[in-house]
Amino acid sequence: MWDYSETVKEYYTNPKNVGSIEDADAIGEAGALACGDALKLYLKIKDGVITDAKFQTFGCGSAVASSSMLTEMIIGKPLKEVEKITNKDIIERLGGLPPEKIHCSVMGREALEDALNNYYGYKIGEKSTDKIICNCFSVTENVIKEAVEQGAKTVKEITDLTYAGGACGRCKENIQKIIDSILGPKKINKEELTPVQFALKVNSILEKEIAPQLALDNGGLELVDIEGKNIYIKLKGTCESCPNAKSTVKNFIEKKLKELIDDEINVIEG
Amino acid sequence: MNDNKNIIYLDNNATTMVDKKVVEAMIPYFTNEFGNPSSIYELAHEAHNALENSREVIKEFFGANDTREIIFTSCGTESANAAIRGVIEANPNKRHIITTKVEHPCVLNTFKDYEEKGYRVDYLNVDENGELLIDELKTLVDDDTALVAIMAANNETGAIYPYEEAAEIVKSINPNTKVFIDAVQAAGKIKLDVKNTKVDLMGISGHKFHAPKGVGAMYIKKGTIIKPYMTGGHQERALRGGTENVPYIVGMAKAAELAMNALEFENKTVKELRDRLEEGILENVKNAKLNSRTKMRVPNTTNIGFEYIEGELILLHLDKLGICASSGSACTSGSLEPSHVLRAMKTPFTSLHGSIRFSLSRYTTKEEIDFVVQNMPIVIKKLAKISPFQKELAGILGE
Ligand SMILES: Cc1ncc(COP(=O)(O)O)c(C=O)c1O
Ligand code: FES
Repeated sequence: MWDYSETVKEYYTNPKNVGSIEDADAIGEAGALACGDALKLYLKIKDGVITDAKFQTFGCGSAVASSSMLTEMIIGKPLKEVEKITNKDIIERLGGLPPEKIHCSVMGREALEDALNNYYGYKIGEKSTDKIICNCFSVTENVIKEAVEQGAKTVKEITDLTYAGGACGRCKENIQKIIDSILGPKKINKEELTPVQFALKVNSILEKEIAPQLALDNGGLELVDIEGKNIYIKLKGTCESCPNAKSTVKNFIEKKLKELIDDEINVIEG
Repeated sequence: MNDNKNIIYLDNNATTMVDKKVVEAMIPYFTNEFGNPSSIYELAHEAHNALENSREVIKEFFGANDTREIIFTSCGTESANAAIRGVIEANPNKRHIITTKVEHPCVLNTFKDYEEKGYRVDYLNVDENGELLIDELKTLVDDDTALVAIMAANNETGAIYPYEEAAEIVKSINPNTKVFIDAVQAAGKIKLDVKNTKVDLMGISGHKFHAPKGVGAMYIKKGTIIKPYMTGGHQERALRGGTENVPYIVGMAKAAELAMNALEFENKTVKELRDRLEEGILENVKNAKLNSRTKMRVPNTTNIGFEYIEGELILLHLDKLGICASSGSACTSGSLEPSHVLRAMKTPFTSLHGSIRFSLSRYTTKEEIDFVVQNMPIVIKKLAKISPFQKELAGILGE
């Protein structure tokens, strides 16, 4: 079980400010049922001050506790102050959250922003060009770009680093676009392989796809060595003395391996 | 009733309380009879005898022919790894393996491992009631198929899969393809009779039937060749090196003996209590939807989805009442994905995230079940107030 703080326990057991406000001045929403997390936030605003706030959350214990805590934090506060509240502030007030659960709490901040945007009729975040790419986890474009700069190359690596793409997956396509915009469109580089996986795959393709073709002409081949992307092979049978050996190596074997495994493969005979 | 009087434990598919008789049977092998079963002197004899007597009991438990077909392991996960890796590595020329979309991670992730190594992997589907579509095997098994791994009963839904029939199909197409059955959730709940099936390997885990955690067993049919995945000494016919964990094996055998004697009770009394719980909840909680609808189910398990309410929140509120259950919701496990089993069953998103598994044992009492049935509507009513889907809930709850 999770190691929840006493405050978190209290707030999911008896959450404060649950419900809706009929004549709310602003309503904010975040998340979606499909993602397993959804939040509605209702605000009453008078003279630039939040006079009442209520919430409804579909989510786990931390999601409920953080939504409830957020309403407590904003009631009676001027909008200028409320705008500055971060997710971190909410978590601090809760006495911390288990690291795996932090993403469950970002919705509160997101719904607040949505409510304020609706209230002002423009986006408060507009000054910056940052926009949310993954709604499930409220991950913005800049966060994803940063992750790419830190070395993430695939959507999966982005998910591991930032959670983005980890729930409903709707944002995966956009994450890929961001990766492409920085690293250039994806090469035929099919997947990241460890050296052992790479060797096994090369061997399996040589055995299954290439050897049978060569065998049709009574030829054959042997895998001699693999050094990085350089693959050393030895032709056998009729291939050995075949005048077209060089073109077989480059046009058939290398082409096939490039197509199936990695664009940068170099096949060397000898 | 378990000893912890404040707790209603309905999570027996996760793990079980160790039976007191099991603890008693184990104790001498920690103290007086601590010998290594492989040693030569008198002290070791009792340990050796205890080990072989346990093997006899576990043989019966599997419904196997011969004690030489039983290998002791450390858990269900090890049994699965030993069987799957053992078969694949013993057949290096075959590059195709088949399992189901709803296996336990100990099978799924082992298959993933081989998928990454370039193996061709096929996954059988389940239908919306949770039944496994074993007919898919007919078009999938071929000359290149080294192994088919299917669970006997699903840990999340309790669905029993027709693994005997599946094994028949596999063998009729390719008699050399090996069949491994993860029987971890079936053992102690339904009778195993492996000798009268075409199954080659089967795994069980002690802690799911009132033995301690960290001990399991594998059945390997006579004549089946596997490459030992744990190399070491000559123990367990050199198929699993390592000095046998005698006290735990003795405990598992005692638990198996008790479980065999309780099978009838399990399938009558425990089943009645499970049905009482299931019907009670479905009747009294209007947004409750039965996820495990198949008739073929182990007697102790039900999986119910509560629409528009999140599973972890339900568990936390049940926990306040001393009720222990589990959930396939993403948030409970800390993973980002909700249950792969319910997803494979195409459980709608409305109830997917609010799915709760209740799993009983022969220690569950009627009072406990009635307490849960009484309190479930109260908990759900309270939590429904928090949900943003008031309109939808009002439609269902009729308020
Ligand atoms: C179907 C199934 N297989 C395997 C296992 C793994 O067993 P163990 O925890 O003993 O490794 C479990 C346990 O959750 C299970 O439910
Ligand atoms: S938007 Fe759902 S995972 Fe990103």
